[in-house]
Amino acid sequence: MGTEKTGAEITIEALTDLGVEVIFGYPGGAVLPIYDELFKQNRIRHILVRHEQAAVHAAEGYARASGKVGVVLVTSGPGATNAVTGITDALMDSIPLVVLTGQVPTHLIGTDAFQECDTVGITRHCSKHNYLVKETAKLGPVLHEAFHIARSGRPGPVVIDIPKDVQIMKARYDKPGTITHKTYKPQVKGDLASIEAAVEMLAAAERPILYTGGGIINSGPVASQLLRELAKACGAPVTSTLMGLGCFSAEHPQFLGMLGMHGSYEANMAMNRCDLMVCLGARFDDRVTGRLDAFSPESRKIHVDIDRSSFNKTVRVDLAIQGDVGSVMEDMLKVWRSRGHRPADQSAWWEQIAGWRSRNSFGFEQKGEALLPQKAIQRLYEMTKAKKPIITTEVGQHQMWAAQHFGFHEPNKWLTSGGLGTMGYGLPAAIGAQLAFPSALVIDIAGEASIQMNIQELGTAVQYRLPVKIFIINNEYMGMVRQWQELNHGSRYSESYSDSLPDFVKLAEAYGWKGIVIDSPDNLDDGIAAMLDHSGPVLVDCRVSKLANCFPMIPSGAAHTDMILSAADEVGPADDDAKALV
Amino acid sequence: MKHLPSERHTLSIIVDNEAGVLARIVGLFSARGYNIESLTVADVSADHDVSRITVVTSGPPPVIDQIMAQLERLVPVHRVIDLTEHGPHVEREMALVKVAGSGDKRVEALRLADIFRARPVDTSTTSFVFEVSGSTEKVNQFIALMREVGLVEVARTGVVAIARGPEAV
Repeated sequence: MGTEKTGAEITIEALTDLGVEVIFGYPGGAVLPIYDELFKQNRIRHILVRHEQAAVHAAEGYARASGKVGVVLVTSGPGATNAVTGITDALMDSIPLVVLTGQVPTHLIGTDAFQECDTVGITRHCSKHNYLVKETAKLGPVLHEAFHIARSGRPGPVVIDIPKDVQIMKARYDKPGTITHKTYKPQVKGDLASIEAAVEMLAAAERPILYTGGGIINSGPVASQLLRELAKACGAPVTSTLMGLGCFSAEHPQFLGMLGMHGSYEANMAMNRCDLMVCLGARFDDRVTGRLDAFSPESRKIHVDIDRSSFNKTVRVDLAIQGDVGSVMEDMLKVWRSRGHRPADQSAWWEQIAGWRSRNSFGFEQKGEALLPQKAIQRLYEMTKAKKPIITTEVGQHQMWAAQHFGFHEPNKWLTSGGLGTMGYGLPAAIGAQLAFPSALVIDIAGEASIQMNIQELGTAVQYRLPVKIFIINNEYMGMVRQWQELNHGSRYSESYSDSLPDFVKLAEAYGWKGIVIDSPDNLDDGIAAMLDHSGPVLVDCRVSKLANCFPMIPSGAAHTDMILSAADEVGPADDDAKALV
Repeated sequence: MKHLPSERHTLSIIVDNEAGVLARIVGLFSARGYNIESLTVADVSADHDVSRITVVTSGPPPVIDQIMAQLERLVPVHRVIDLTEHGPHVEREMALVKVAGSGDKRVEALRLADIFRARPVDTSTTSFVFEVSGSTEKVNQFIALMREVGLVEVARTGVVAIARGPEAV
């Protein structure tokens, strides 16, 4: 311990001490000393991606599937700027990451040196925290602190910029004990008096709803278990945001499905008509609330969140409880049980919900010979659910159809870019998840446009023998863009057609993948079976009906009650205020 | 909630005195579209470890609350105090005001400065630099009067503020 080590040695030793098993990265001039240390050891596995953005998404997929911190190592300049999309994605979706970036030596900082960029300046607003380490002696403590910040509180990405001379200079490294930070102290336990008040409100509610989100996934698998117990105790219906899918079983009779813009009719109507909303680890995102002044007008609202800035940001709540959602639910259950509460009579409420459910808002009608995208995802779900797959997605219509038609029963099985909406997320995220769970079935449900944004990662999967599956819902359009152009811009499909598509099967084969085409309902099941039968990576080009739209849908600027259930619903042209919304 | 009437609030932000901390604070205000009417910063501890930033901002109460919450989320922030909400406090700023002229205007400038307890800290035969301190309104008023007697330029510090009474906030 007493001897001095180089910054690069300290980096690898600290990462080892922190339990890191996998790093996703790409070498370059400013990180060569760290790569040299990686070469000399075999405790940490380095996964060489083909583009730095993919390194970050892969680390996100690894983190989301495993609950561990994802680690990224990239070089200065373009290495760091390429990572920015992934870092921002992790910030929006609260994914714990530590991103190490190389930097030009300290004496060259500020001189516009080769491959220099202001990494801490660029990442200041897209990271939870960041550091420029100017002395080797500080490297060890900063690494340990960075992991503490990334994974505690509301998780997020932490960037550490390490100049090359700091990697080469020597200093002592001692493994620190428990990290206590002088200013950063996340509040885990909720205020007991508020929790008691929440329990009383819940026990008295006639039309309660539990509105759950990604915070429950972040809190760990125990939180999902506690949610199930809480739902059982209070008898309330449960809905989930896109990020929360899997925290409650999709097949549970109390589950109303996802809510929001493309959520179920029953979930959105129940949110609108409830008398008590209990928001558990969600943040009233605009995709969830629709028009704010019409959002759940009759309800009292309780909001449980570890991040105080989530309270009253867009929706005023009656009771805010700051704390880890798992810990708060545990305390809520204790209070509920110790007071011998039974749920109030909710029979009228459930009757109302049954009425909304009977509209079958995720239903779709098979017309003619076309293979419907919804059908393709439904069959994919039915044929794989016994294997408890991990599903990743890209961004667009296929993502929403996957959220609607693929059932999730456990946390950490659904990895999607929710907040930032990053096309190109799914394939690298699947690679990261597969590394965390080598024997799991990992499927990237993709679109033909999105998949091309990080298609180069086909090579990464082959290099590390990862049997990732890609299921492309190919409708030859950036489907969600086309859908909005149809609804808001007079069907003028400006630049949304996926022209000059590659032959995906040949592309797959060129990289050493198996390629399969599905082009009609008749070979859907065979195609899925063939995909599952192959032990290596498989890319499925599933050619679906070109003009299907994703319904139900709350048009932008509309209220939950103004949901469009199917293409047959009358939709007037959007006004300018609505058109200005995204 | 952004349609509620706007209020002026003075915030004290106690932060670690480290590289980039001011950029984090200022960047947060610009990134989220909050106003900064004035901002002052200096280290205030014996060991130079802690800085105190005073920000005068304006917005409806829910936005002020959101500003506080967002600031508290920053890792190097120790605490944020809304002095306007906290209660009685003293707010002062200082300005250096350069005035040039001769004859009656020069005499009048000196007379007005005396009324405002502004001190001349530099003088030439054709100019003065006055140091004036006090509330923002007082400084504003002094500068407005100086415009009529040959104002050349102004440098002002922005508001610093501290709560009244024996306790630290």
